[in-house]
Amino acid sequence: MAPISEYLNILVYLAAALFIGVAALLVGALLGPKKPGRAKLMPYESGNDPAGEVRRFPVHFYVVAMLFILFDVEVAFLWPYAVSAKGLGLYGFLGMVGFTLLLFVGFLYEWWKGVMKWH
Amino acid sequence: MNYPQDPLWMVAVKALLVIIGLLTAFAYMTLVERRLLARFQIRMGPNRVGPLGLLQPLADAIKSIFKEDLVVEKADKVLFVLAPLISITFALLAFGAIPFGPPGAFFGYQPWVLNLDLGLLYLFAVSEMAVYGIFLAGWASGSKYSLLGSLRSSASLISYELGLGIALLSPVLLVGSLNLNEIVRWQQENGWLVLYAFPAFVLYLIASMAEAARTPFDLPEAEQELVGGYHTEYSSIKWALFQMAEYVHLITASALIPTLFLGGWTMPFLNVPYLWMFVKMALFLFVFIWIRATWFRLRYDQLLRFGWGFLFPVALVWFLATALVVALGLDRAVLQYLSLFALALVLGALFYSPAPRAGRKGGKA
Repeated sequence: MAPISEYLNILVYLAAALFIGVAALLVGALLGPKKPGRAKLMPYESGNDPAGEVRRFPVHFYVVAMLFILFDVEVAFLWPYAVSAKGLGLYGFLGMVGFTLLLFVGFLYEWWKGVMKWH
Repeated sequence: MNYPQDPLWMVAVKALLVIIGLLTAFAYMTLVERRLLARFQIRMGPNRVGPLGLLQPLADAIKSIFKEDLVVEKADKVLFVLAPLISITFALLAFGAIPFGPPGAFFGYQPWVLNLDLGLLYLFAVSEMAVYGIFLAGWASGSKYSLLGSLRSSASLISYELGLGIALLSPVLLVGSLNLNEIVRWQQENGWLVLYAFPAFVLYLIASMAEAARTPFDLPEAEQELVGGYHTEYSSIKWALFQMAEYVHLITASALIPTLFLGGWTMPFLNVPYLWMFVKMALFLFVFIWIRATWFRLRYDQLLRFGWGFLFPVALVWFLATALVVALGLDRAVLQYLSLFALALVLGALFYSPAPRAGRKGGKA
């Protein structure tokens, strides 16, 4: 186990990265001409307002995100097994295979349902 | 093994050095990429500003700082500014966990910023945060092109993140630790992990190309299809910050691949810290640029189906094979034979070309 102070280093690093990022934003905001105009502040393109409510999108993206959450949970369960596989032996391996198969059946169902087929 | 620790002020100094080094590396990567792409296309690339075009990145930086920093009218004012900050911060964070030499190789201090027992999980978490920056940028812009670009980008990032994670599990099985220093040390003693986990290496390479949104998978910024992707509405330094984040991801990926699979900073001969790591990074950066110069883009649904239908199951199968070998305590040479077999399979598939059938529309995707 690493000493807890190693994790303090992350905070130091994060502070340094944030500092540089904010400094860059500030420099960009302070320098340069500032002449806002109606045409300039319009969204793309050619003075046409994007019609209607834009913050709606295809449900496909939602499905992809749900699948990601599901299978990322699977990966989260596999990490601890991967670290301690040597000590767990055949029995541990079989348990892990059972779990993986369970979720893989879910994956196959999703695949044959055609979730990944667009249009 | 216990790794020595640096005092906090030294960590801060190293963090700043790494960050400034990364930003310089990014600036020169853009130049190297432009010049290499030019070479691939038998032309010269930028060579006017400074000798060999070496001052071009500086000129670009000055130009982008002095440009007008616009916040479009429809934008969510807070998130619009926050998104590039999130992108760059979390892109910079990942690099510090990569070791560049043995303890004490940095003038008596450690050649890494972070040495975490959960190093790989940390990298995973930090690179996942890139999705937030991108998605927030697209949403905050209040333009449908940006929104679509950001959605595509985040969907492909999370899809390939999965394959990435499972591909990473087989080195972890062999090493039995998530600490990057331990992984490098294991490779010093037992030989490079690519010999034991060749399929995982290939999958990881492909997935990290998608993670850095490089060419076969660079749909979020398909200029001809989606205007400019999630940074359509950005100008000046904010746009530059997104570019920076993207290149920093690329540089991190090209440092992680050798660290995890090709022995990191170690080498069987002439074992010098730093040197080999930089050589290996340069090699992978070159490969990434080469691929960009020569490959076409996938269509978006093909991209997702490749990630879910190929990368994910194949990574899972290789993980199970490695787990079987490790759990039963079999000889690791089994994995070497399996890797060789996989290499032969890949090469065979590459060079085998069936006779073209008449009337068949299109090729393989």
